[in-house]
Amino acid sequence: MARPRKTLLLASALVYLFLYIPLAVVVVFSFNDSRLNAEWVGFTWKWYDQLFSNPQMLQAARNSLIIALAAALLSGVLGCLAGIALHRFRQKWLSALVLGPVAMPDILIGVSLLLTFMLFNIGLGSISIILAHVSFCIGFVALAVQARMSGMDDSLLEAARDLGASPWQSFRLITLPLLLPGVIAGMMMAFTLSIDDFVVTFFTAGVGSATLPLEIYSMVKIAVTPEVNAVSTLLMLLTLVLITVLSRFSPQSLRS
Amino acid sequence: MHHRLSKVLLALPPAAYLVVFFAVPSLLMLLASFRYPGEYGGLAPWYYIDDGQLSLDLTTENWLRLVESTIYLGLLLKSLGFALLTTLICALMAYPLALTIARSPKRHRDLLLLLVILPFWSNFLVRIYAWMIIFSPQGALSEGLNAVTGLLGLEPVNLMFSSTAVIVCLVYVHLPFMILPLYANLEKHDPALLDAAQDLGANARQRFWKITWPLSLPGIYAGGVLVFIPSLGIFAIPDLLGGTNGIMIGNVIKQQFVEARDWPFGSVLSLVLTAITLMLVAIAGRFGRPKGTANG
Repeated sequence: MARPRKTLLLASALVYLFLYIPLAVVVVFSFNDSRLNAEWVGFTWKWYDQLFSNPQMLQAARNSLIIALAAALLSGVLGCLAGIALHRFRQKWLSALVLGPVAMPDILIGVSLLLTFMLFNIGLGSISIILAHVSFCIGFVALAVQARMSGMDDSLLEAARDLGASPWQSFRLITLPLLLPGVIAGMMMAFTLSIDDFVVTFFTAGVGSATLPLEIYSMVKIAVTPEVNAVSTLLMLLTLVLITVLSRFSPQSLRS
Repeated sequence: MHHRLSKVLLALPPAAYLVVFFAVPSLLMLLASFRYPGEYGGLAPWYYIDDGQLSLDLTTENWLRLVESTIYLGLLLKSLGFALLTTLICALMAYPLALTIARSPKRHRDLLLLLVILPFWSNFLVRIYAWMIIFSPQGALSEGLNAVTGLLGLEPVNLMFSSTAVIVCLVYVHLPFMILPLYANLEKHDPALLDAAQDLGANARQRFWKITWPLSLPGIYAGGVLVFIPSLGIFAIPDLLGGTNGIMIGNVIKQQFVEARDWPFGSVLSLVLTAITLMLVAIAGRFGRPKGTANG
């Protein structure tokens, strides 16, 4: 009994190391005083300094933030409606429509939207990126809201109706406040997905609308530089903060 | 009653949005796969009006090009192989970890799970970039490895720009997709089954292969689909780590849409990928647990 347990623990520890060593390497070299990401030379902040004086990078960060906020807001509203609709009317076509973009490989969403935008002469830029992000974020918000709905006590709504509340009143005063944590969790998830997205953005971005992942991609394609380590480290920090906040709102949404 | 109205009001906005930005684009891609490429990229008109008479200008050429080519079919096969290998390695690595978490005390489980999810939430490109550093020829791994091959009198190996690099990174990026559903499955097993088997004289190996393993298969199927589908369509990993040897079908799709600007053929390849995805989702729906609970 003791031996297989030990092997199991050892194997698990190795898998954790496999998950974390690469990220640790990125973070450590972001403070390394050498252009090569090869050996430790000495501590420095200079890659962060360079990052904050790189106008292209700052513009990309601004783009990313605006796009993610807009995508989160829009998919928050649409996803909330979709989540309620999915829960109340179990229609197959509706769930295929809402969850389809979640299940499809992102490259397919990217190229089909590129095709559509070009055929209808919709210029590629921040707007097209937001429209694209919303299409796959709705499903995630809807799932969070739907989970919240199924945990809701229907007798509350019945009681409200008995007391003479109109459908709109019972929605505004009962359903919405109860759903709110789910909606917020879903929107934060949408924000994270949007700010992290590379593939769909790659196909739907135009000149001047590069987001951080696109900027990282074009830098990395040319050469490996510690500036990328610095921006990566900051992105990790941002995600860590988002996750901490998200786990406050709805711990179970992290696991889905 | 107002029931019908509220139904429409609720479902209409998101449904309309997704019809425009998901269903229509998919149909346009289907149509595009039968159109001629435009002179300067894009698409040629799919109909023309001659003497007031409407004629369609569609072709099956793009599909024939796929079926008749050995290059693209071979590449598709290779991509399927990469995705399958990735799925198998993920299952092999995920199993001990998922089992450890499922059998650890309840109060530790949330933390152990969070540690699995955390790296997966860091940016996709950052995770690829990490492996570019690790595999770089100046990196400690390459130098160490080549010190060994040098001692053995073998050719030095280049880890960067190889199929190996692509597979390792594919595994790294998708591993949590396997661990989470597998854990969700293993956690539900009734420990009484193992106790009973032990009382009946089964040893540890028998208990695993006769009880835990067969019960965990739905978890493996669910995780398998979640790893296989995104691995198959990926282009960023081969693009940055694969060089010319590690190229996959996603790279060709990207190339057709961005560089070659042959959208009809790009659409054909995308539709093949879609068909494979739909088939796998359907199969998984049959074997695994209810779909839609385990994504992202």
